Amino acid sequence: MFEAVAFYFFSAILIASAVMVIAARNPVHSVLFLILAFFNAAGLFVLLGAEFLGMILVVVYVGAVAVLFLFVVMMLDVDFAELKRGTLQYLPFGALIGVILVAELVMAGSVWVARPSAPLASATPAGLSNTEALGMILYTDYIYYFQIAGMVLLVAMIGAIVLTLRSRPGVRRQVISVQNARTAAMAVDMHDLKPGQGSEGERA
Amino acid sequence: MSLQADILVLLPELTLAIGAMVLLLTGAIMGEKSAPVISWAAIALLAVAGALVVTGQTGGAFNGAFVADGFSRFAKVLILIGAALSILLAEEFFSTIKLSRFELPVLMVIATLGMMLMVSASSFLSLYMGLELQSLALYVLASFNRDHLRSTEAGLKYFVLGALSSGMLLYGISLIYGFTGSVEFGQVATAIFDNGVSLGIIFGMVFLVAGLAFKVSAVPFHMWTPDVYEGAPTPVTAYFATAAKVAALCLFLRAILVPFPDAINQWRQIIIFISILSMALGAVAALGQKNIKRLMAYSSIGHMGYALLGLAAGTALGVRGVLIYLAIYVFTNLGVFAAIQAMRRSGKAVEEIADLAGLARTSPKLALVFSMLFLSLAGLPPLAGFFAKFYVFLAAIQAGLLWPAILGVMASAIGLVYYLRLVKIMYFDEPAPAFDGEIGIGSRAILVISGVFALLFIFAASPIITAADTAAKALLP
Repeated sequence: MFEAVAFYFFSAILIASAVMVIAARNPVHSVLFLILAFFNAAGLFVLLGAEFLGMILVVVYVGAVAVLFLFVVMMLDVDFAELKRGTLQYLPFGALIGVILVAELVMAGSVWVARPSAPLASATPAGLSNTEALGMILYTDYIYYFQIAGMVLLVAMIGAIVLTLRSRPGVRRQVISVQNARTAAMAVDMHDLKPGQGSEGERA
Repeated sequence: MSLQADILVLLPELTLAIGAMVLLLTGAIMGEKSAPVISWAAIALLAVAGALVVTGQTGGAFNGAFVADGFSRFAKVLILIGAALSILLAEEFFSTIKLSRFELPVLMVIATLGMMLMVSASSFLSLYMGLELQSLALYVLASFNRDHLRSTEAGLKYFVLGALSSGMLLYGISLIYGFTGSVEFGQVATAIFDNGVSLGIIFGMVFLVAGLAFKVSAVPFHMWTPDVYEGAPTPVTAYFATAAKVAALCLFLRAILVPFPDAINQWRQIIIFISILSMALGAVAALGQKNIKRLMAYSSIGHMGYALLGLAAGTALGVRGVLIYLAIYVFTNLGVFAAIQAMRRSGKAVEEIADLAGLARTSPKLALVFSMLFLSLAGLPPLAGFFAKFYVFLAAIQAGLLWPAILGVMASAIGLVYYLRLVKIMYFDEPAPAFDGEIGIGSRAILVISGVFALLFIFAASPIITAADTAAKALLP
């Protein structure tokens, strides 16, 4: 009973906030609704017993991705009204394709039979918690996939650096080694000033 | 299976992965000047990996995620050759325009690693991981010339459409998993054998084929190809057209033939449809092109259509045909792109077909190689390209696909027109100003190798055909 109520509660808010993400006029509101949607999806995962996925969703998507979006939206001067102008024009066509796809899925779905013997994986096998169960296999049975995922992230990192890092002339940078190597003798210039003539700086 | 045994099977890939990281660190420490050194080191690394592939162990590893067999061996050797020669081209290209960066060979090595994982994937999960590793590196490579508008456009388009196709692929995989209870190719095949082909599996298969057709740029999922081929730097386009195509097509073969042998009637009609459309579009759309790289893009769409005909046959003979096709295609295309890279006039790259006018009088050797490669691509006997098409059509006819094969022959007859037009422009039109004389030693070597290959394939065909035969029997015993 409680689970059913919680499920409908989370789902309703999730769908409503997902709609608001694309419907909101203010892009900052869109991102905030996106964060709300992520939280509710995390709630749904917890209801399923997959608390690890729920946790990851909050940590990664809310903690990093959504905040990044927020930064982009607030710092870049993107004219969202201009971007949205075409929406109405493409809406009928897009809706038509969507309706066709849904109709096809429904037609196919009405005659689908799931394979009866397909085993339903439990989120909490053999009394282990979901996180424990994932940890047991992630670094053993799935080490191959895990390592390739690492390579994919490495490529993402190299790619981001290659495409964006530039050395512009005339940009002041902090060079720690130079700072540390500085001594009192290098920092202080001693000049012998004649009275009444000012320093070199004043003369120049 | 113990971890040691798994690692032995995975040795070539591990070598590439670790080598790429070593190269990356070396480059980062030595700075931008190290680009030529890193390029040569990357080529050496690929050669070492190639030796390990040829001598390495076969067998499955990591609970059915990875398989090294005769089929993957043939594909990997082709991929490594394509990658190594593309790096050679890239070294010359980027040092000419003073944009050498050590990240380029490193990214190419990592993309090659992804391709090797793709052709060895024996579960849908490892298929996807390999594909993403490769694609992500290719997106960056496409926009490598980042101050160039067309290059960044190519990268962005490739990225957006690639992400879309990955989405379709994943949707298909999730349906297949849901309706068969496994992501492993062998177990999917068993489930279909036991329970028959349900509608859900067909649905999943359709999305899977759509996603894969995107990666091999078959019609109607080809739209990105001309823009990406045109915009990407020429050596990177050469890489797309050779190694990446081999990897995607071999992945296509394995991901369709191994899990779905009992659903052949369902997927065959899709593949035939895609194949005929690709052949037709490749032949017709290339006629109106002005840019040589766009023309090569349409040519590659057409060639993928012919190769897919071998997949539609669904037999070991068909797989053999595809593999021979790919081997010939890789060598011919490397030569064409090396020649395109040589099209420079007063230090700037030119890419219009009109720039080729009268090439036979200004630089007769380049014109000779160029036209021989084009005629080979057109499939004129006795050049290599004829045999590529011959073995695919043969397999299709033996599998009872007479009409698709006839349509294919007609498409290649139409295709002949635009290849001949290029030859005519080079030999009979009023000469345009001459190209810059000096061609790098690497490009020169590639031009000679691929010219000789196209001309003398007829005498040296039997080892390649035997190797392709062994590889095909490994996939479909």
